[in-house]
Amino acid sequence: MIYLMRRLATFPLVLLGVSILVFVAIRMVPGDSITAMLGTEAGLLTPAQRDSLAAYFGIDQPWFVQYWRWIGGILYGNFGISVTYGRPVLDVILERFPLTLELALLSMIIALAVGMPAGIYAATHSEKPSDLGVRIVAMIGQSTPSFVLGLLIIYTLSAGFGVLPAMGEFAPLWQDPLRNLSQLILPAITLGFAFAASVTRISRSAMLDVLSDDYVRTARSKGASARSVIWRHALPNALIPVVTLSGIEFGYLLGGAVIVEQIYALPGLGRMVLDAILQRDYALVQGAVLFIAFNFMIVNLLVDLAYVGLDPRIRLGEQ
Amino acid sequence: MTRHLTRTLLSGITVAAMLGMAVVSTQAATLHMAWSQDATGLDPHKQTAFSSLRLLELIYEPLVRVDASLQIIPAIATSWEFSKDGKELTFKLDPKAKFQDGKAVTSADVKASFERILDEKTGAAARANFLSIASIDTPDAATVVFHLSQPDVPILTAMSDVNAAIVPAAEIKAGSIGTKAVGSGPFKLDKWDPNAKEVLSANKDWAGGATGVDGIEISVLPDEAAILAAMRTKQIDFALLNDPLVATLVPKEASLQLNRVPVLAYHVLQLNPSRKPMTEFKVRQAISCAIDRQEVLDTASLGEGKVTGPLTIPALATDPTQLFCYKRDVEKAKKLMAEAGFADGFSATVIGATGEPPTAAAEAQVIQSQLAEIGVKLDIKMMELNVYVDAWLKGDFDMAIALNGGRADPYTMYNRYWTKAGNLQKVANYIDDTLDSQMQQGRAETDPAKRKAIFAAFEKHLAEMSPWIWLYTSYSYTAQQKNIAGFVPTPTGTLFSLSKVTIQQ
Repeated sequence: MIYLMRRLATFPLVLLGVSILVFVAIRMVPGDSITAMLGTEAGLLTPAQRDSLAAYFGIDQPWFVQYWRWIGGILYGNFGISVTYGRPVLDVILERFPLTLELALLSMIIALAVGMPAGIYAATHSEKPSDLGVRIVAMIGQSTPSFVLGLLIIYTLSAGFGVLPAMGEFAPLWQDPLRNLSQLILPAITLGFAFAASVTRISRSAMLDVLSDDYVRTARSKGASARSVIWRHALPNALIPVVTLSGIEFGYLLGGAVIVEQIYALPGLGRMVLDAILQRDYALVQGAVLFIAFNFMIVNLLVDLAYVGLDPRIRLGEQ
Repeated sequence: MTRHLTRTLLSGITVAAMLGMAVVSTQAATLHMAWSQDATGLDPHKQTAFSSLRLLELIYEPLVRVDASLQIIPAIATSWEFSKDGKELTFKLDPKAKFQDGKAVTSADVKASFERILDEKTGAAARANFLSIASIDTPDAATVVFHLSQPDVPILTAMSDVNAAIVPAAEIKAGSIGTKAVGSGPFKLDKWDPNAKEVLSANKDWAGGATGVDGIEISVLPDEAAILAAMRTKQIDFALLNDPLVATLVPKEASLQLNRVPVLAYHVLQLNPSRKPMTEFKVRQAISCAIDRQEVLDTASLGEGKVTGPLTIPALATDPTQLFCYKRDVEKAKKLMAEAGFADGFSATVIGATGEPPTAAAEAQVIQSQLAEIGVKLDIKMMELNVYVDAWLKGDFDMAIALNGGRADPYTMYNRYWTKAGNLQKVANYIDDTLDSQMQQGRAETDPAKRKAIFAAFEKHLAEMSPWIWLYTSYSYTAQQKNIAGFVPTPTGTLFSLSKVTIQQ
């Protein structure tokens, strides 16, 4: 409990650091909201026109004033207004987040459902042809870029079978679950493929480590069945690296899967941040990065707490 | 157990996916359209992004518009007339023209719209085109008289742009332009979810008559390969394409049709004549002679386009083969380099925007290899679009690969670069008395034949001086299902004729 409180207490400090970093970084990139809107036509503006637009976009004040206003607003729950959407930043983020969360969960389910059994199978058939087969597939999975796999799936389905999930208008889960699943399953497979490959490799090596431990040999010598040795004795101890990997991957996915969202035209967090950066929608970029950082910290915390459940020897926060 | 669970899970997912895929259907009277880049805003006076203009042209109307052959035709105005001295331009408005809120379009709205454009506080993109407007009179509700400070023939073409759209005076007063889209065009904007979707419905009160479809739903599909895939499965009826690589795949699909038309925009290698050694006239000419424009077009854009000189307007363009060094001559280039004192060549950096246009990097690479033959070592620097625009506007480059927009009138197209007072003169970084005076003559001349001769001389001189190396014009691409009828592609890239398309059953 004390550990939890201590970890939670560090959150505001980390978020403050992130807020400064993102605020400065986005402003250091050449170009601003005016050039993002007008492109090269911005060169036709007179100084007075430029000043007027700068005031409209809220970039007419010095940086520290802009930062102070923004951070001051956040303390009251006001993340600013997105100039692209004309709406409060937090509303836009929360509207996009369910899709990203759902996609990340689906990808993780696919990755764990495929990757863990495959890794365990490979470990228990170590150095046999079937192990080699699993390792080769995992290697291919890890080294295939998501845009290649995504486009390959889209092309094969549309050109080969004349079918494709509806693109362009996303149906939220609570409105139309069937349509929602049809729209998310291919992106989830695309993301889950590489994720599953990583899970396969890490669970194979973790399992191999554990299977050579003394207590497993003892269990075997006591006459425990092969199934019992793997599932009851070895697996719980092999799970820690898998949980660590899954936690990190899941945290990344909560930041949005930009390429997959682009290919499948999904209005998720990743695409929103990319568009916001391209359109120099400062308030939206800043708000979204803070939100993503917060999620990442929560996932990390949950992973740490999961260690305790998996291995009673671990005591968080003890020296 | 695990195997069974995994199998059950995967089967469930597959069945759900297939069921979901079967749900796709097309409504008969709604045109389903897709593009890869969305509009960036709704204020017609401030938007310059290609997609924004294409969307706003369906909602708002200017006084006049240009047709497929770039001739001025009526829009809100049914007729117009220049006074004999060219300093007065009078419009008669269409009495049937109505805004989408049901109110008539009057001369007061026209006056208020142009006053808004001219007001520096607005930040209107097209303000520079209307600086000759001294005052605006509205003798009656259907007549508008523009008093000009000097004869300004191109102003009529500038008025055909949606950046000069007529918006309701009441909305200007309410400060709601840009948040509410109330135009007098063929469609009303019902919903805009930025970077995701636009929903338009037919404006039953449109003065242009009934539209061919009840509405248009525009989906933003950022990947053009995915747009093509969605067209294959008939989810999308009509799409705007930018990438020639994707466009050339369309004719291979039996149910699809590719529309392509040469556009006014031009691909160009901008030299910076204020930077050594491009300050040397002969070095610039050598670069012009060393570049094989057709090879750049063939390699970077699969031959999808046409080599061009500075003028891309078909009625005014000169045959490019008549222009300086449009046939590659490496020996002449080497001789010019030696005469300028650069027989051993020099090093320079060329900047380009990643993906804007999609051919930018390939163009830079072909030019790099061509210029290497005369000893010019080019370093290619590709940048994110906004970073590129920032450097471009500051004139902070040795050379730049650019795709610059074209206009239906050469003065509007080029006064920004090649007149002494041009807003983008510091981007062109080249001052030439001849070009400046030719531009001023072209602006005031009302006789079409004389105008053509003036601009032909302008084009010839510009190609000879070689501050920039004009490369080619590409095509604007739209893809459609073959049951869509009535779309007319135009060199300006406008999608206005979607107002009359029909979906054949």
